[in-house]
Amino acid sequence: MSTPIASTAATPVAPGVPAGAAPQPPRSARTRRAMIVLQHQGALIALVLASLFGFARYATFLTPENLLNVLRQNSMLGLVALGMTFVILTAGIDLSVGSLLAVAGIVGATLSPRGTLVAIAGGVGAATLLGLVNGLVIAKIRIQPFVVTLAMMIAARGAALAFTGEESVRVATDATGLTWLGRGFVGPIPVPVLLLAVAFAAGWIVLRHTAFGRHVYAVGDEEGAARLLGLEVDRVVIATYALNGALAGLAGVLLAARLGAGQPVAGTGWELDAIAAVVVGGTVLTGGQGGAGLTLSGVLLLGVILNLLNLEGTLSPWWQWVIRGAFLLAVVVVQGRMQRTVDAE
Amino acid sequence: MTAAAPPTVPPTRLSARAPARLLSGPTGGAVLALVALVVLNALFTPNFATAANAWNILWQVSSVVIVAVGMTIVIATGGIDLSVGSVMAIAGALVATQLGHGIPVAVLAALLGAVAIGTLNGTLVARWKIQPIVVTLATLIAGRGLAQVLSNDGQLVPVRDATFEVLGRGRIGPVPVPVIIAAVVVALAAYALRATPFGRYVLAAGGNPAAARLAGVPVQRTMIMVYAVCGLLAGIAGLLETSRLGASDAAKMGLNIELDAIAATVVGGTALSGGRAVVLGTVVGALVMQVIATSFNMLLIPYAWSLVLKAAIILVAVYFQRPKQA
Repeated sequence: MSTPIASTAATPVAPGVPAGAAPQPPRSARTRRAMIVLQHQGALIALVLASLFGFARYATFLTPENLLNVLRQNSMLGLVALGMTFVILTAGIDLSVGSLLAVAGIVGATLSPRGTLVAIAGGVGAATLLGLVNGLVIAKIRIQPFVVTLAMMIAARGAALAFTGEESVRVATDATGLTWLGRGFVGPIPVPVLLLAVAFAAGWIVLRHTAFGRHVYAVGDEEGAARLLGLEVDRVVIATYALNGALAGLAGVLLAARLGAGQPVAGTGWELDAIAAVVVGGTVLTGGQGGAGLTLSGVLLLGVILNLLNLEGTLSPWWQWVIRGAFLLAVVVVQGRMQRTVDAE
Repeated sequence: MTAAAPPTVPPTRLSARAPARLLSGPTGGAVLALVALVVLNALFTPNFATAANAWNILWQVSSVVIVAVGMTIVIATGGIDLSVGSVMAIAGALVATQLGHGIPVAVLAALLGAVAIGTLNGTLVARWKIQPIVVTLATLIAGRGLAQVLSNDGQLVPVRDATFEVLGRGRIGPVPVPVIIAAVVVALAAYALRATPFGRYVLAAGGNPAAARLAGVPVQRTMIMVYAVCGLLAGIAGLLETSRLGASDAAKMGLNIELDAIAATVVGGTALSGGRAVVLGTVVGALVMQVIATSFNMLLIPYAWSLVLKAAIILVAVYFQRPKQA
């Protein structure tokens, strides 16, 4: 509800300061501008700080191997989080991404004897189709996204378990193209990392520079107004959930290629990790505010934090969970505080 | 919460109208689904229509019902609580590790721990204005870790105490103790929501927080209490599960129970948008899910297919509950 206020309050700051004003207003304007930068790029700033801390404390942190490792470990979650960003920008949510990822991995692995392209098309296609179903039910039958995707989460997981008899499906050993996607390198860069970079660049361009991207923001900002303006709201929503399914599907195929098997339990809990990354990045759950770049910062920040906890090595995995939860909470508390400070002024 | 209600709102009127209300209201579909499932199973599933099996189903569903009642109250305020499974695990870890100090101390420690997490959730939601889904996602993650840390870094902590075992495995006559506890929880919650100021505050805060505030409803305090109650109920469920298993399993206890609880609530006719709470509907919703799971198990149909049927029932139930509009 506070989103439109925030965005209108944020823009006129710079030209709003009169030239001959007392020294007090410009300074408050400057702190306020700093506040806004901090609010919008908080995850990036935290990422830089965490990286500096890692650089100072661990000799191995700033090595190319370690950094590429962090990127590769988070590449598939990054793809899921990118799709989730689109959905959350429309003020929706998708709990089914983990299950769609599993379906895509299984379909991809099952089709892998028929060639890499068939496997990818099949896996991504299946997940896109299920995402499309999500979108259709949400937009046309008008059931809340939370409920629809909760049902899809349960049903798709059930289908994945039933289809495989609760066993993993091996990727064919001669499907070298598929294996390369999961495990290969281009120069020093792992292929999944490359795909992640391409996907985020494309996502950024779509959100910033295409009509579809503008419509995604418009739907999330004020759905009623978007409808009155003549936007095809339903079509935007359906396309968003289909796109989200496609990205979860790509992540699933990549994960199966990396592991050498499609697993019916793959991606369990990823919806929560993806939502956490999006929120930490600074895209707000009420929709209309945020972006792909922010989510990339969020994914990398959570990845680096986990990497630092691993490098420290003395903490049990359970303490790592405690710290991750507390960190997520701290980030959203600070974001909320700054949002209200900006709103109040 | 248990403020004395005026005697002019007698529970008799409540119980007399309850069945009719359940059938005509948003819970009608869930009731029909439950009846259909029970009739079909009685006809086609061997050994389904026996007293032993009926008590067994009620016994198995009791923990979910207790958690789902808390979830119903939270959802009635327009919120959500994803952390209930982790809270169960924390309560289980606390009771198992503190049992050496005697049952009262251990149970008190477990319930206090559960209420503390719930109060934290409520405070962050009500005072700090952070979205419930984010707050409780964070406490889900941190809470699961905390439960593991509390139970000596992820060990299974066995519970050997004949008295404590009564909580999860005992029976009074033919009735399992957890069923009695769940019934008491349901009755108290239904009464509190219908006939106490707290209940009216909850529904007012969920229906229109701004109007409620203007009308003098202590919205913040109500919200904090709601999450604290939800935590308390999750804690009770954690105690029951620990007693039933004879051990605290911090890794698995209550895992994904938030989804079952949300599904039971939604199928039962409580809308996610808040302002309405159908506690008895939630019980029906939980029973629908449990009957599906139990009967698929008895018919040796793979568990996976029961998931597909559950998902379909959630969607169909919510479809028929949609507000009638253009």
